[in-house]
Amino acid sequence: MTHLRDEQGPYFGEYGGRFVPESLIAALDELDAAYRAAKTDPAFQAELAQLHATYTGRPSIITEVPRFAEHAGGARIILKREDLNHTGSHKINNVLGQALLAKRLGKTRLIAETGAGQHGVATATAAALFGMECVVYMGEVDTERQALNVARMRLLGATVIPVKTGSRTLKDAINDALRDWVANVQTTHYLLGTVAGPHPFPVMVRDFHKIIGEEARQQVLDLTGRLPDAVTACVGGGSNAMGIFHAFLDDPGVALYGYEAAGEGHLTEKHAATLTRGRPGVLHGARSYLLQDDDGQTIESHSISAGLDYPGVGPEHAWLNDIGRATYLPVTDDEAMQALRLLSLTEGIIPAIESAHALAGTIKLGKELGPEAIVLVNLSGRGDKDMETAGKYFDILDAEVLAADDSAPL
Amino acid sequence: MSAVEDVIAARKAAGSGAFVGYLPVGFPDLATSIEAAVALVENGVDVLELGLPYSDPVMDGTVIQKATQAALAGGFRLAHGFEAVAAITARVSAPVLVMTYWNPVLQYGVDRFADDLVAAGGAGLITPDLVPDEAGPWLAASDRTGLDRVFLAAPSSTDARLAQAVATSRGFVYAVSTMGITGARSDVDSAARGLVARLRDVGATSTCVGVGISSAEQVREVLGYADGAIVGSALVTALADGGVGAVARTAGALAAGTRLTTS
Ligand SMILES: Cc1ncc(COP(=O)(O)O)c(C=O)c1O
Repeated sequence: MTHLRDEQGPYFGEYGGRFVPESLIAALDELDAAYRAAKTDPAFQAELAQLHATYTGRPSIITEVPRFAEHAGGARIILKREDLNHTGSHKINNVLGQALLAKRLGKTRLIAETGAGQHGVATATAAALFGMECVVYMGEVDTERQALNVARMRLLGATVIPVKTGSRTLKDAINDALRDWVANVQTTHYLLGTVAGPHPFPVMVRDFHKIIGEEARQQVLDLTGRLPDAVTACVGGGSNAMGIFHAFLDDPGVALYGYEAAGEGHLTEKHAATLTRGRPGVLHGARSYLLQDDDGQTIESHSISAGLDYPGVGPEHAWLNDIGRATYLPVTDDEAMQALRLLSLTEGIIPAIESAHALAGTIKLGKELGPEAIVLVNLSGRGDKDMETAGKYFDILDAEVLAADDSAPL
Repeated sequence: MSAVEDVIAARKAAGSGAFVGYLPVGFPDLATSIEAAVALVENGVDVLELGLPYSDPVMDGTVIQKATQAALAGGFRLAHGFEAVAAITARVSAPVLVMTYWNPVLQYGVDRFADDLVAAGGAGLITPDLVPDEAGPWLAASDRTGLDRVFLAAPSSTDARLAQAVATSRGFVYAVSTMGITGARSDVDSAARGLVARLRDVGATSTCVGVGISSAEQVREVLGYADGAIVGSALVTALADGGVGAVARTAGALAAGTRLTTS
């Protein structure tokens, strides 16, 4: 009996692989071998578990949100609180795993791409913790809308390089990180932040995040006495979604929903709904779905959420989509922002805009499933980084007062 | 045997090696890119490497990125690539290899792409982000059509992978001179010399070195141990700064590196 959980790459169905310059193959082989050794090495697993217990803050708790659930058809809604991890999102799970591997490989320099800045902050954090050099590539657009995270990375000692090519967002940050890696592969580990990219990244990043679903599955069982009817998450590259889906892949009674950023609407030109509107092709080292024109040129994506503003998606999601095990649906900017406000007002939890896409999808899903249902939502991050975007969106920033504060005498 | 291999072998037999020149299609516009490619051949380029602009060129440095992004912004379509190959091969006899990232070929359809390239008079493909391991459909299409297929070899490649690159490539093997992306460098790594020697050890008979070469001296140095020298960014810079006349002069100056000197 084979399990969906057992997929180890390099292919998930027809997706995945290694579509990279030959210069990177040796590094990918080295990484793959190191990762496979670490997976079965009790010393590595113990070191990572210890870090998660004493640094990340794992296990993360679950929180039932009944006042929010009133707006979602009365279904029982339970949040997996990855927002409470150190650095404020799920990203740290993968970062600590890969940073430990990099250390084992004798690399002294970490590079990363980042969209929302959460992955960059987590990588800068690990570099500080392990005494490594850190360079983070971030689209210029994102350095502006996530300026707070740029400051955090710099404070942590990282160099942030604003990427000015192409769409000046996450896609182009990945291009520049790959170029850096080609040139510096001897000293440098490319700490990719999602379940995309060439093998072994999709499977390795998933494995470092699957702790989310493993913890949550048991926590929901303990709380409710049964498995949830549905598990939901937002999907950018897809790491938090794979992390929470993985433990449930072989539970046929548990439906899996990934919510993609639909920007101004998935039928407009301004969206990032890769699985909804894209088609298979090769981008950033793997075959998967992507947004592209007839010539195979990547189409720029759009989302109010920097972390979901990506025209690709991890290959395992492409496969889960095709075999029908998971369902991927679009959520607009406005639906996400309304859900962000609703969770804040009803439960006192301000989510990241990325995670708010999962909440918005869950509101619709809860109404479909009705009050008997239990829905587990991956709350992948907290909203601190998004206060400027949210402040503008809801017009709750008082510009004059802010300016007066700035000029107040010390 | 392939036309590319013939040209390289002929230059070798004459005591030197081949000068391979790169320019992207559609920069600064389609017509000028065709004129510039023709001018390269008229000024000593033996094999043309015609790049198809792509939205996410991870193997390219800033010079080529800027040019190909400008071409895309100017409305480059894949059809222009075939148009350019046809226009160039109608005017000059040098073989034309198309350098392209993989997704455009995949979306066009691998077999359809191969057929249209043959129809346009193209010699084959250089595929910077396609390793032989993932190239099944392209190996089949190039075998069916006889097109050349140039795979890359890197200083970091194992001997087994070098042997695979040699066994699967036709035309030449592209030896990446350094661990890095395209762009001029003052010294072409000693890594290139070692890589070419390792490629010969596993049976390579046609090896061109690329990435970083920008002067006649470097061309001469590379041809001291390899079968061809590939120049890209230096030509693109000349075209960007001074138009067709400048790129013709630069090609002529670089071609001096292919001539034997008495010094
Ligand atoms: C809080 C949060 N959630 C989700 C994402 C999207 O990434 P992924 O789809 O890999 O989980 C990001 C990325 O920046 C993020 O910061």
